[in-house]
Amino acid sequence: MRTLRLGALNNALMPSLTHQPPKRSASLQPLWLRITHWLNAVAVLIMVMSGWRIYNASPIFDFTFPNGITLGGWLGGALQWHFAGMWLFVLNGLAYLLLNLITGRFGRRMLPVSPRGILRDAWLALTARLSHADLGHYNQVQRAAYLFAVADLILLVLSGLVIWKSVQFPLLRELMGGYDMARRIHFFCMTAIVCFVAVHLLMVVLVPRSLLAMLLGRATFRSSDKESSS
Amino acid sequence: MNTSIWHRDNAEAVVAEARNLIKKQLPQASRRQFLARGLTLGGLGLLSGCRIDDSPTAEAALTRISHFNDRVQGWLFDSSRLAPTYPDSMITRPFPFNAFYDESKVPEVDASSFLLEVTGLVANKRRWTLDELRALPQYAQVTRHICVEGWSAIGKWGGPRFGDFLRAVGADLSARYVGFQCADDYYTSIDMATALHPQTLLALDWDGQPLPPKYGFPMKLRMPTKLGYKNPKHIQTIFVSNTFNRGYWEDQGYNWFGGS
Repeated sequence: MRTLRLGALNNALMPSLTHQPPKRSASLQPLWLRITHWLNAVAVLIMVMSGWRIYNASPIFDFTFPNGITLGGWLGGALQWHFAGMWLFVLNGLAYLLLNLITGRFGRRMLPVSPRGILRDAWLALTARLSHADLGHYNQVQRAAYLFAVADLILLVLSGLVIWKSVQFPLLRELMGGYDMARRIHFFCMTAIVCFVAVHLLMVVLVPRSLLAMLLGRATFRSSDKESSS
Repeated sequence: MNTSIWHRDNAEAVVAEARNLIKKQLPQASRRQFLARGLTLGGLGLLSGCRIDDSPTAEAALTRISHFNDRVQGWLFDSSRLAPTYPDSMITRPFPFNAFYDESKVPEVDASSFLLEVTGLVANKRRWTLDELRALPQYAQVTRHICVEGWSAIGKWGGPRFGDFLRAVGADLSARYVGFQCADDYYTSIDMATALHPQTLLALDWDGQPLPPKYGFPMKLRMPTKLGYKNPKHIQTIFVSNTFNRGYWEDQGYNWFGGS
């Protein structure tokens, strides 16, 4: 029933998409965005799983991660993965941010966002009245979540820099409250991004067409559709 | 490794022999260890039944990136940037013992007969007594020791600046590496820029007292700009070279530069 209604909404909205400039509406998710998204997914997976192994060598809290879900085999291997994965993570992240700014996509898709708007859309979502028909439009809860993820990943890089090079980045070290505090910030940011990914995946399950959009750039398998000429 | 490869007055031969030893022993041993420890891509590996990460290709790529990271760290390293220092009240007590062996296996070195060997690209290859090292200008500093595992502890080390010592022995300061062979069979090597950093001490003291055996008697190279495993204890031989860039942990996969 739900999918039927979404389908109907989707059909109803399609004409409006064709009225937009062709280049902008050509793809729900442009190729560069899809590439940086999936490279980021791989990078985050490598960083989190190798990071868990590194954490296990000297746990901050009273628990460790099961070795079976970590990457690297031992501390030295995990460190190699972590400090290789960081290049993919950071360079890809910079490309993502740069392309967002150049194309103006960031302002278009992520803004405006306000506490009131977030509450309104959250209420609509909880009462099952939030439309996901137009995947090219992010609701405000989505925007807040994506902005949070971007900020969290930036903080992960900055706290990681302090742990890696606490002597060489004195200003950053003091901003993070010292080496030991940077380790905690790094850990909590990891926890936050893992929680984000969990919710993110749940949302994909609820709106599977969004996965198609992120894979193909359009919300349908057929490439002959008007709105997906690229 | 044993100490027999470390001779005075034959730097060339030492380097050649070291190269042979590397060829014979370590690639095989450390490679097997690396593979045996296995790099499992966790749940993904279990699900797909394939392990992308224990192949020699992945291993070689990771090693290459680690070498690239050495160069990046050398470039990031600023000789004039000092590690933060702390008041004596912040010294971690008891300061943790850490080595690749148990505390009961700490080597006993006899102070009266001890002679520090200096070899490789140095003008003066004579041996040094502990008293001679104490006759050099002494410095003390309270700094944070950061372990590669993530924990850290604050300690107070004292001794001559390593840069002063290298100048005293007429070391070739344009050489790339300084290597260390230790009484506990540990060995490592560092870059010359870090060796000459003003906070790099040839530490003879811990907290105002001669280094206790568990902290590295008779001497430890203390570098607050490098991780713990780069700070060798129980040093017997110091070796200046352009080729010896190995280490006990580094040969098993730890990053060579290990900078902080």
